[in-house]
Amino acid sequence: MSIAALTSEGAERKERSDRFRSTWRAAATLIVVAAIYEAFARSGMFPPALLPTLPKIFNTLVASLLDGSMLVHAASTLYRVLFGLGLAIVVAIPLGILMARFKPIEHFVLPLASALMPIPSLAWVPVFILWFGLGNTVAIVIVFYAATFPMLLNTWSGVRAVNPLWLRAAGAMGAAETALFWKVIIPGASPFIITGVRQAFLRAWIAVVGAEMLAASDWGLGWVIYDAKEFLNTDLMMASLIVIGAIGFVFERLVFGSIEKATVARWGMVRAAKK
Amino acid sequence: MPHIEVTDVSLAYDTPAGRVQGVKEASFAIEQSEFLCLVGPSGCGKSTLLNIIAGFLTPTGGEIRIGGKPVSGHGMDRGVVFQDFAQLFPWRTALGNVAFGLEMKGIGKEEREEIALKQLALVKLEKFAKAYPHHLSGGMQQRVAIARALAYNPSVLLMDEPFAALDALTRDDMQRLLADVWRETKKTVIYVTHNVSEAVYLADRVVVMTPHPGTVKIEVPIRMKRPRDPLSVEFLDHQKELLRHLGQQPAAAA
Repeated sequence: MSIAALTSEGAERKERSDRFRSTWRAAATLIVVAAIYEAFARSGMFPPALLPTLPKIFNTLVASLLDGSMLVHAASTLYRVLFGLGLAIVVAIPLGILMARFKPIEHFVLPLASALMPIPSLAWVPVFILWFGLGNTVAIVIVFYAATFPMLLNTWSGVRAVNPLWLRAAGAMGAAETALFWKVIIPGASPFIITGVRQAFLRAWIAVVGAEMLAASDWGLGWVIYDAKEFLNTDLMMASLIVIGAIGFVFERLVFGSIEKATVARWGMVRAAKK
Repeated sequence: MPHIEVTDVSLAYDTPAGRVQGVKEASFAIEQSEFLCLVGPSGCGKSTLLNIIAGFLTPTGGEIRIGGKPVSGHGMDRGVVFQDFAQLFPWRTALGNVAFGLEMKGIGKEEREEIALKQLALVKLEKFAKAYPHHLSGGMQQRVAIARALAYNPSVLLMDEPFAALDALTRDDMQRLLADVWRETKKTVIYVTHNVSEAVYLADRVVVMTPHPGTVKIEVPIRMKRPRDPLSVEFLDHQKELLRHLGQQPAAAA
C-alpha cells in the first residue's frame, strides 16, 4: 500500500467522522427550533389557524405527497428552475470564458453585468408578466436572470485565475488552442465554474418561488403558498415551505456536494474554489 | 555541428523606469547530450534566456538554432521543467500528467499510458501513477514534471531551477536522480540554477552569467568523472572558481 493511499484513507476516515458530527449538530439545532415552535403553537397565544402544530403540518405534508399534488407542484417548480438554470449555463459559461479571453467582449459585457446585477430579479416580474403573460415563461426568464450573473462572473474570474504555468507547460507539450481550451482552461477554471453553478442554483431557487407567487397559475411551490393564504391553509403553507427547504438542501448538499467531491476536492483544488 | 547554438541573443523590454536590457548578446553552443548549467545571481537573465530557448519569449536580437534550424516559438523538440510545483495539472493523476504530451501527439490511450508508466519508472514513481499531484511531496511533483517533460521524447530538456524550492536533503536526492536520468536518456540539458554546488555536481560545462545587463561572463568546463563527490578537493576547487567568477561581479559593476 502506498503512502498516498494511506494518507488519503486516513483523511477520508476523519472526513466521515467530521460529517457525522456536523450532521448531529444540525439535527440538534432543528430539534430545538421545532420544540420551541411546537411550544408556541400549543400555548394558545396564537389562533391555531395561524400557527398549526407540527403533527398537523406533518399530516398535511404526507397527505399532499400521497395524493401526488405536492409532487406535481415540486416538479413544476423544479422544471422551471432546471430549465432556466440550463439556459443560464449555456449562455453564461461560454460568455464568461469569452470575456476572460477577449478584452473587447469583457469591455462590452462587464458594464452591462454591473448595471443589471444589482437589480433583484423579482423586480422584473411585473415587466415580464406584461411581456410574456402569466405562466412558465416568466418564471423561467426570472430564473435565467437570477442564475446568469453569479455564473458569468465566477466563470470569468475562474478563467483569469488559470495558472499561466499550466498554459506554458501545455503549450510546450504541443497543445494547440482547442486542446488548451478543453484540457487546461476548463478544468483549471472548474473550481470557480462549479462555485458559480452552485451560487446560481441558490439564487434561482430563491427567485423561482417569488416568481411563482406573482406570475404562475395553478402549479408550483410558490403558487401553493400564495394560493393557500386565500383559504387560511397555514398547514399547507408550512408543508410547502418544508418541501422548498428540503429540495434546496438536497441540491446544495447532495448534487453539488458530490460534484465537488468527484472533481475539485479530489484534485485538491478546493481552496481555490472557496476563495 | 553543436546541437544548440545561441548567437548574440538579446532581450530588452520597457519598464516604467526605462528600457531594461534583460539579456545582452549572449552566445554559447551546446553539444549533443551535453549537460550545460547556466549560473548567475538573480536578475542576470538566466531564466529569461532559458525562456527564450524554450520559445516562450521572443528575443529582440540574435538567433537560436537547434539542430541547425532556427527556432521560433515552442516545439516538441524541447521539454521544459519549471521551478514551481504548481506546474503539474492538479486535475490529472501523475500518469495523466506524464501522458499529456503524448496525448497532444495523438498517441492512443493504451500506448501513451504504457510509455508514461515507463517514464514514471525512470524517476522511480511508478507506484504513484494513480496519485493526484496534491497527494505528492514537492520532490515527487518535480519528478513527475521531469517525467512529463521527457515523455514525448524531446531531444532537449530545459530546466529552470527545478529543485530550488526543495529542502537541502531532497535536493541532493533529486540531483543524483537527475544525473541518472540524464545518463540513461542522453538528452541535451540546459539547466538554470543559482546554486554553484548544484552546477558543479551536474554540469559538463557551466556558463556563468552576470546581471545589469545580463551577459555571459565566462564558460567553465567541469571535467570530473561521475558520480561526483561533493566533498572532494577537486569539486570544491571548481566551486571556488565559480564563486570567484560570480563574486567579482559587484566590483565589475561599480
